Amino acid sequence: MAAVANPVEQFLRSERIPHIWCPGCGIGTTVNAFARAVIDSGLDPLKVVVVSGIGCSGRVAGYVSFDSFHTTHGRAIPFATGLKLANPELTVVVYSGDGDLSAIGGNHLIHSARRNLDIKVICVNNLVYAMTGGQSAPTTPETANTSTSPYGSFEPDLNLPKLLDAAGASYVARWTTYHVKQMERAMLELLRKKGFGFLEVVSQCPTLYQRRNGMGDGLESVKFYKEHSKVKNDACLDDLAMDKIGEIICGRFVDRDRPEYGQTMREFYQNKLGAKYRAPEFQDGVLV
Amino acid sequence: MAKGAVHITVDRCKGCAICVEFCPTHVLALSTAFNGKGYHPPHVVNAEKCSGCDLCGMYCPDFAIYGFKLGKQGVAQ
Repeated sequence: MAAVANPVEQFLRSERIPHIWCPGCGIGTTVNAFARAVIDSGLDPLKVVVVSGIGCSGRVAGYVSFDSFHTTHGRAIPFATGLKLANPELTVVVYSGDGDLSAIGGNHLIHSARRNLDIKVICVNNLVYAMTGGQSAPTTPETANTSTSPYGSFEPDLNLPKLLDAAGASYVARWTTYHVKQMERAMLELLRKKGFGFLEVVSQCPTLYQRRNGMGDGLESVKFYKEHSKVKNDACLDDLAMDKIGEIICGRFVDRDRPEYGQTMREFYQNKLGAKYRAPEFQDGVLV
Repeated sequence: MAKGAVHITVDRCKGCAICVEFCPTHVLALSTAFNGKGYHPPHVVNAEKCSGCDLCGMYCPDFAIYGFKLGKQGVAQ
């Protein structure tokens, strides 16, 4: 007996659930927050597109019932760029992992932030390459044990919010899977923000990160985030680097307005080429 | 009279117990029974305390549980 339906259910391809994510994995939690944010935003679900790369978080595109793309490794943002420029009425959400977005697709991330293209990037950061077997990623904190760093990682990790701020993103925030309400609000702000938005969700990988580092299961990691996170909006971005057992600073770090790429591009070509240039036109919301 | 209730889809549950831990009013506990996949799903132990806040639904990574508010007549709102 279900008196009211699960709010996420309308956005899921129910026939594909249960999903492949491990017990205690944080990706499903982010999907809950995303579905609720889409409901709160009042957007037409037919005009929301989810684009994913490869990896555990890349599976999101296959489980949500929005129009979705499951693209090649690291290339979620180029696909999203094409979608957004061809049809500016769409809300394009790139939903992918840290390895896909910041390592293999690192250049695309930097340059779409530099251009301030109006796409919303949700990066589920589980600190390793999870689907391929737990290799160390650019986001793996120093001293963390992974399958390719069995004596502990000795590389400094990538500070994603600082990178995105330097590249010029309009909106940058970080939350963990413990902060579900804040994550939902951040996703709502992301959906409403014009320009390049980036939300980093620090998420647990109980099978390949927490287990190898003696940090317990999914539940233990959410408790760890509860104890070790500190909300600090507009924090100094230098402080945001993560270490294995140290503090995780969460909050909204950047919220600014810059000219948006698609609009700038269309205006530029209109001025330069005049009648030779034809911008995308719509009739009753349909591209003609 | 409880202010809310939860609905559990037992067969989707993977027994991670995040809903049990983070329920603000401690409505849930892991059951000793197994579901079809061999996990222990949660069950309601303090139904009258449920506020219908849906925090369990926000946390659940498997879309297996959600909470909803009940009106004065015990009807879902």
